[in-house]
Amino acid sequence: MTPPESTPPSGRARRRGSVDELYAEARKGSRLALGRLLTLVERGGDAADSISELAHTDAGQAHIVGITGAPGAGKSTLTGQLVARYVEAGRRPAVLAVDPSSPLTGGAILGDRIRMDDVVVPGEERSVAFIRSMATRGHSGGLALAVPLAARLFDAVGYDPVIIETVGVGQVEVDVVGAADTAVVVATPGMGDAVQANKAGLLEVADIFVVNKADRPGANDVRRDLDLMLDLSHVTGQEDTNYRPPILMSSALEGAGADEVVKAIDDHLAYLGTNDRRLVRRRHRVRTEVRARIEQALSLRIEAEMDSNAGTEAVAKAEAAELSPTAASTLILDRLLGRT
Amino acid sequence: MSNAGQDAPLRVVLAKLGLDGHDRGLKVVARILRDAGMEVIYLGLRQTAASIVEAAEQEDADAIGLSMHNAGHLTLAPTMVQALRDADLHTPVIVGGIVPDVDVDELLEAGVAAVLGPGASAAEVAQTVRDAAAVGS
Ligand SMILES: Nc1nc2c(ncn2[C@@H]2O[C@H](COP(=O)(O)OP(=O)(O)OP(=O)(O)O)[C@@H](O)[C@H]2O)c(=O)[nH]1
Ligand SMILES: [Mg+2]
Repeated sequence: MTPPESTPPSGRARRRGSVDELYAEARKGSRLALGRLLTLVERGGDAADSISELAHTDAGQAHIVGITGAPGAGKSTLTGQLVARYVEAGRRPAVLAVDPSSPLTGGAILGDRIRMDDVVVPGEERSVAFIRSMATRGHSGGLALAVPLAARLFDAVGYDPVIIETVGVGQVEVDVVGAADTAVVVATPGMGDAVQANKAGLLEVADIFVVNKADRPGANDVRRDLDLMLDLSHVTGQEDTNYRPPILMSSALEGAGADEVVKAIDDHLAYLGTNDRRLVRRRHRVRTEVRARIEQALSLRIEAEMDSNAGTEAVAKAEAAELSPTAASTLILDRLLGRT
Repeated sequence: MSNAGQDAPLRVVLAKLGLDGHDRGLKVVARILRDAGMEVIYLGLRQTAASIVEAAEQEDADAIGLSMHNAGHLTLAPTMVQALRDADLHTPVIVGGIVPDVDVDELLEAGVAAVLGPGASAAEVAQTVRDAAAVGS
C-alpha cells in the first residue's frame, strides 16, 4: 500500500520513516509522528493517499466540530476556551486551525495558535491537546482534500473532539465546516455580522450560533438579528426543518459563556444521535470528499490534456479563431474521456 | 496522483523566549518570512522552551526563530536547543537579536544554527532560514 519513500529535498531528510511506521507510532501517542503525518497530508500525493487508507479503518469515533465566522471574530480564543474545558473533562481534543496563504507569495502568518495557547497552557507544562495550523496554500481544491483527511487522521489516532477552525469567507472554508458533525458560527457585535453571515452562506450551515465579544455594546442586537433571520429563513439547520440553532453569548477573552458553548456542542451531538441525522451528516461529508477527490484528479488530467500536443494545438487554433472555444474544448474533452 | 507539492513552503515557528519586552521585531521578521513564501507559526511573547518544543512538534516546523533582547541568550538559547534534542527534535534554531560578537561562537557551539543581528536585511533573514532548514539534519 505504502509507496516507497520519495526522496525529500535536501535538509528534509529528517522526515524519515515510512508512512506505516509513522502511523503506528502516532497511534501509540507519538506527537512527533503525528506532526509529520500531518505534513504529508498537507502535501497531498501518494503519501497522503496511503494515510487516507490507514486512517479510514480506525476513524469514526470522534465528534467533528467546525468553528467559523468573520476574521477576528474570536474563533481561536473561543476554541482555546473549549479546548481547556475538554482537557479538564479528561478528553483529548485536537484542533486544526486554517488560515489563508498570501496569494502573492504563497507564504502565511498563522496566528491562531497564539490565542489558543494563551488559554490552554497558562504556564502548564504539557497539555494533551494537539493544535495544528494549516495554511490554505492558494489552491482551495487542496484544502478540500487536506482538511477532511487531517480530521480523519486525528480521529483515527484517538483525538476527540476534533475542532476545525476556518475563516468563514471562501466557499471551500464554509463547506468544510458545514460538513462537520456540528457547525458553530461565531458572530460579533458592530459589523452587521448577522447580515454578513447570511451572505456568506453561514446561516444555512450553522448548528449553533455564538455571539462573541458580548462584553461589547451591540451584542444583543446581533442576537436579535440572528433570531430574526432564523425566523425568516426557511432553512433551519442543514437537513431538518424542526431544528433551530441556539444562539449563545460569549466573551471568549474571559471565558464567559464557554461552558454553555461546550454544553450546546454536546447537546447537538446528542440530538444527532437520537436518530440517523449523524449518519446523514456523515454521508454528506463522505460524498463531499469523494467529489472533491475526483475533481482534483480530473483537474490534473485536464491540465495534462491541455498541455499535450493535441491540446496545445486545439487551444492555439481557438486562439487564432480557427476553432470555436466550444469545438476546442470538445476536442480535448473527447481525448480526456477516451472518446477518440 | 503523484507527489504533489514536493516544494511545499517551509514552516517556521517564531517566538520570543523569556519575559521581556515587545514583539515588534518579531512581527517584522514574520512578515519578511511570509513575503519570502514561508509559513510562519507565530507564537509571540512569553514563550518557554517547553511551549516552543510543543509547537515545533505539533507544527512539524522546519526551523525555529527565537528573538531575544534581554542578554539572556547565553543561557536561554542552549536550553532551547537541549529541550528540542531531549524531545528527539532536530529542528534548527536561529537566534535573532542583539548578540555581542564574542557570544556568537558560543551559541553556535551550543547547537544554534545561525545568529542574525539587528542589521540583517530581509533577504539575509530569509536566506539564513532557508540555509538552516536545508542543513537541519
Ligand atoms: N473584547 C473582546 N475581545 C475578544 C473576545 N474574544 C476575542 N477577542 C479579541 O479579538 C481578537 C481576535 O481574536 P481571535 O481569537 O484571534 O479571532 P479569530 O476569529 O480566530 O481571528 P482570525 O483567525 O484571524 O480570523 C483578539 O485580539 C482577541 O483578544 C471577546 O470576547 N471580547
Ligand atoms: Mg483564528
